[in-house]
Amino acid sequence: MGSECGVLVFAEQENGEIHNVVYELLGKGRELANRLNKMLCAVLLGFGLEEKSRELIYYGADRVYLFDHPSLKNFDVIRYKHNIVKLVNEVKPDIFLIGATRMGRSLAPRIAAALRTGLTADCVDLDLDDEGNLVQIRPAFSGNIMAQIRTRTRPQMATVRYRMMKPLSRNPNRTGEIVRMETEFLENSGIEILDRVSASGVNLSEADIIVAAGRGLKSPEDLKLIEEVANLLGGVVGASRPLVDAGWIGREHQVGFSGNTVKPKVYIAFGISGSPQHLFGMRDSDIIIAVNKDPSASIINFSDYYVIGDLYEIIPPLIRELKRARGVG
Amino acid sequence: MNIIVLMKQVPEIEKVRFDYEKGRLDRSSAGAVTNPFDLNALEAAVQIKERAGGSVTAISMGPMQAIEMLRDALARGADKAILLSDERFAGADTLATAYTLATAIKKLGAFDLVICGEKTVDGDTAQVGPEVAEFLGIPHAAYVEEIREINAKWIVVKARMEQSDYILKLSLPALITVTKDINVPRLPTLRDKLKAMRAPITIWTYDDLSQVADQKYFGFEGSPTRVIKVFTPVTGGRRGQMISGSPEEIAAKIVHILRENKILG
Repeated sequence: MGSECGVLVFAEQENGEIHNVVYELLGKGRELANRLNKMLCAVLLGFGLEEKSRELIYYGADRVYLFDHPSLKNFDVIRYKHNIVKLVNEVKPDIFLIGATRMGRSLAPRIAAALRTGLTADCVDLDLDDEGNLVQIRPAFSGNIMAQIRTRTRPQMATVRYRMMKPLSRNPNRTGEIVRMETEFLENSGIEILDRVSASGVNLSEADIIVAAGRGLKSPEDLKLIEEVANLLGGVVGASRPLVDAGWIGREHQVGFSGNTVKPKVYIAFGISGSPQHLFGMRDSDIIIAVNKDPSASIINFSDYYVIGDLYEIIPPLIRELKRARGVG
Repeated sequence: MNIIVLMKQVPEIEKVRFDYEKGRLDRSSAGAVTNPFDLNALEAAVQIKERAGGSVTAISMGPMQAIEMLRDALARGADKAILLSDERFAGADTLATAYTLATAIKKLGAFDLVICGEKTVDGDTAQVGPEVAEFLGIPHAAYVEEIREINAKWIVVKARMEQSDYILKLSLPALITVTKDINVPRLPTLRDKLKAMRAPITIWTYDDLSQVADQKYFGFEGSPTRVIKVFTPVTGGRRGQMISGSPEEIAAKIVHILRENKILG
């Protein structure tokens, strides 16, 4: 007899808020669990999160394992690992999915090593083969190629990139079971959280509108032009890697394989030629508009609209038009 | 303070080209370099040694060619270098790699701190560091961008997560993975380079490690994950509409497109 829990999803939370990647994992997890004819389960660790655990059911979980304990309020990788490993050994899921966030990428390998099971990083898609084994699809070599990976051990563990899978729509009529677990309290985990400060700054992966610049920009001061367009559109500034490496703008603005994967409603690229690494990070945007002097720039093949021209000639009238459209100036 | 730095030699990722027509990677113009994040890890270790004393040991697993990288690590301030090299280590996934590295660390004996780069640019998994920590049974912090304090008993670091910065105090021994923001790696002097050319590098093979570990966890055989297929992602195919005209006309057309798509009210 196999386990009744086909898919287990780690419900990452910070400050009591569940990360959106969790709902995406539940969406995919639901599909996989249905195909396996098994249950979709989630594990939530934190403190005072009974309400939140219901949300996981509304988004597709059949069962939520809830570890509710003051020692789990903030992310302590050792305490989280300890309780999750115990749960996985009891429940024996076939598949265990974790968001490829920084928290997930710190926690998942520890769990995998403790369970001596395989872990595939940063998947962009998941499927099942004819025998019901998980097929994990992940980019390799900066997104130039994709690899399909299978795991011989159980559970089959994968971290999954944010904004790659679709969540189900929230349905408060969905029913499921909340199982309150007994937290095994580790007196000394070897880690003491002295402080946790909310990081300020942009969050590109959540942005709906991104105005980005690349090597076509001549000086760091010219980023003001890009900022102005972004502000007028209510968007945020993105950048290709050379600008970040040159220190013109912070790494949190970087779009691409080694930066943020973004999926905005509109992505406007000024002076970005479109290296494979950059394209990997933005090619799933709803609408892509590229402005580039070079008609052979690869980004043009990825654009819905493109302008062959100098950004320094296009941006000033664009700023005027946008101001007029918004009725300012 | 005994510090261990884990390093990997990787292809120059920026120079790996992809031939879309033939559907394969062209590495001919790409040389082998030290994984850039590992230089930050080494620099962090050398800085701690300079403040608190002790020694820095660089460990890598890979083909004999990686000796070159370890010589560079010696020139940059490492005191000792060990290369784990054997055909039977090859084909390892992250779990088998981490197990092999952890075995070597155990064989070395007492240590205070292990430092790794946040990830490698070729594999891009960021898994080996935390997996090594688990095999060693020590706490870890990932994405460390600042070391605030260190003494014989503990280390205080600032670790960057997406939404928050965590200030963490880890009891030693511990493992940290560091980001590029932690420091600017120094360049080795010519004198150090010359000295490193003559320095001995220890090679450990399968037989050296299998006495202290379970050999079924090494290499391809010990790897639970298997690449079953590699393919080219569907690319491009979007080339849409060109917007032309004078800069003013282009600006007006862009605004019109944004309006049509309800980006602008």
